[in-house]
Amino acid sequence: MKILVTVKEVAEAEDDFDIDGLDIDERYLEFDLNEWDEYAIEEAVQIKEDGDDVEVVSVTIGPERAEETIRMGLAKGVDRAIRVWDDAFADVGMLDPKTKADVLSAVVEDEQPDLVLTGVQAGDDSFGATGVTLAETIDFEWGAVVNALDLDAGAGVASVHRELEGGIEELTDIELPAVLTIQTGINEPRYASLRGIRQAQSKPLDLHELDDLGLEESDLESPLSRTAMYEPESEGDATVFEGSAEETATELASLLRDVGVVEG
Amino acid sequence: MSDVLAITEHRQGELRDVSSELVTVGSELAAQQGGELHLGIIGGDVDAFAEELSLEGVETIHTVDHGDEFNHDVYTQATAQLFGDIDPTTLLLPNSVNGLDYAPAVASELDIPLVTDAIAISRDDGLEVTREMYGSKVETTVAVDAEVAAVSVRPAEWEPTEAAGDPAIESFDADIDEDAVKSTVTGFEEVAGGDVDISEANFLISIGRGIEEEDNLPLIEDLVEATDATLSSSRPIVDNGWLPKNRQVGQSGKVVTPDVYLAIGISGAVQHVAGMKGSDTIVAINTDPNAPIMDLADYAIVDDLFDVVPALIEALE
Ligand SMILES: Cc1cc2nc3c(=O)[nH]c(=O)nc-3n(C[C@H](O)[C@H](O)[C@H](O)COP(=O)(O)OP(=O)(O)OC[C@H]3O[C@@H](n4cnc5c(N)ncnc54)[C@H](O)[C@@H]3O)c2cc1C
Repeated sequence: MKILVTVKEVAEAEDDFDIDGLDIDERYLEFDLNEWDEYAIEEAVQIKEDGDDVEVVSVTIGPERAEETIRMGLAKGVDRAIRVWDDAFADVGMLDPKTKADVLSAVVEDEQPDLVLTGVQAGDDSFGATGVTLAETIDFEWGAVVNALDLDAGAGVASVHRELEGGIEELTDIELPAVLTIQTGINEPRYASLRGIRQAQSKPLDLHELDDLGLEESDLESPLSRTAMYEPESEGDATVFEGSAEETATELASLLRDVGVVEG
Repeated sequence: MSDVLAITEHRQGELRDVSSELVTVGSELAAQQGGELHLGIIGGDVDAFAEELSLEGVETIHTVDHGDEFNHDVYTQATAQLFGDIDPTTLLLPNSVNGLDYAPAVASELDIPLVTDAIAISRDDGLEVTREMYGSKVETTVAVDAEVAAVSVRPAEWEPTEAAGDPAIESFDADIDEDAVKSTVTGFEEVAGGDVDISEANFLISIGRGIEEEDNLPLIEDLVEATDATLSSSRPIVDNGWLPKNRQVGQSGKVVTPDVYLAIGISGAVQHVAGMKGSDTIVAINTDPNAPIMDLADYAIVDDLFDVVPALIEALE
């Protein structure tokens, strides 16, 4: 069995930042493995460890910088990684879910996985649509916001829990092949061991350019474009307690007494 | 063709709030487009739901009487067929968990662009959608260069429409291909039960990822004890297994409305805020003055929790 895991390197804004044009100035961004994808990787690696002959391959659309993130996946047990990039990507303002899915579907065609795991969303743009768009594009079945997974590869069924709102989970049987979007908390992602980190250095990490995937620059044209980014006007009118920790804590203590939730 | 089609949502026999919020955003948008608002109701007690959603601004309600509960394959097919029949300019869907499970599939099948999690939508020259990025720290506008598009709408962002209206109610005979239905909902499970019910508490002290490590939790537990409050948390604390699920506040946890909600080291992500914005008094302790929770807070301390919390325990003694 082969599991393909989509892995994104996401940007996180520092506490203080400036916006430069249509994005936060890169000096104020930190790049990291997407939180949701970390759980997707762990889920795939656990399936590998529990089964025979399971290969876990990760795929990332991202510039060379993303290789550090990709190696983190390899260090945690991914067997082999694919990075898709091409100068043409740098010129695209916004990769919408459909465009991404088209690129990823070319990789699916090459790899022929039985199961694709993605994160529910990417922590930076929170679009939350790539996984299910991919499923529809490659004609796989799917399940979104999965927080428990029991795979019966023999029967060709994934029994999942989908985490709905308000502490309710939906129990669903999904026919394979399928794309599942993985929710945080489904497992406990491991830390990469020193040995894992060493091994990751020698695991295959292949670059695919558009050509290699049979795609053209025009395939990256997106109907969506970002036209502005700004800090929202603060609607808040919070009273900010100023001073040392002792001073602010004293003010908060008297507030709590005034409101009546603590005695005294 | 300048109409809006909005697909409503229900679960276990009840309409979800986002349905009447979709009427609000849908009728505003229909007016801007010079068209009409159509609602789609798929599955469940469609007649009762249609009656409940006979609201101001709705021109026509289309009911698809198929199944009791949400199934993404059925929803995808039915929505695509409704779309084909009504031929709207904009398709509105809820950005709920079930919306995440079918909106992208519908858009992909119809080959129309999708913008998710909208907090504002307008049409002037073209469709323009406002959405957040970077954990709600910034807003962006996204321009859609297409005649027809799908937008998923953030729940609880628009006021629900309450005024009654007089829409036509039409039954739509969707042709569901059962062979293409490859997922089966076998049941529901309630999680987060147990001994404590944080939604009953009048003073919640809620801890987030700012606590960094499980070993630091006793600091907060000391504060909880000193104040006789109830301990709750954001999601990562529960995901890490540091607190049980019944302590989680938010979209997938509990909705709480205490007299005081003290958020310590919590950024205020939208799914967290969904569970606590109805609190009477919100107090935030956070090192980041730009954290979204600050917009919601009535009182705030911009400082390190590892300094403030010990000082607070002392000040209370
Ligand atoms: C489908 C779905 C459902 C979800 N459901 C929920 C839900 O029910 N509940 C929920 O909470 N989340 C939910 N989430 C997750 C949500 O998006 C956020 O990831 C989560 O709420 C973040 O938790 P946090 O604020 O504790 O962590 P972070 O966002 O990492 O914030 C930590 C905060 O701590 C501050 N901080 C750090 N160090 C200190 C210090 N020393 N002193 C003071 N402050 C400090 C930081 O400035 C930051 O603001 C859901 C997500 C999805 C996609």
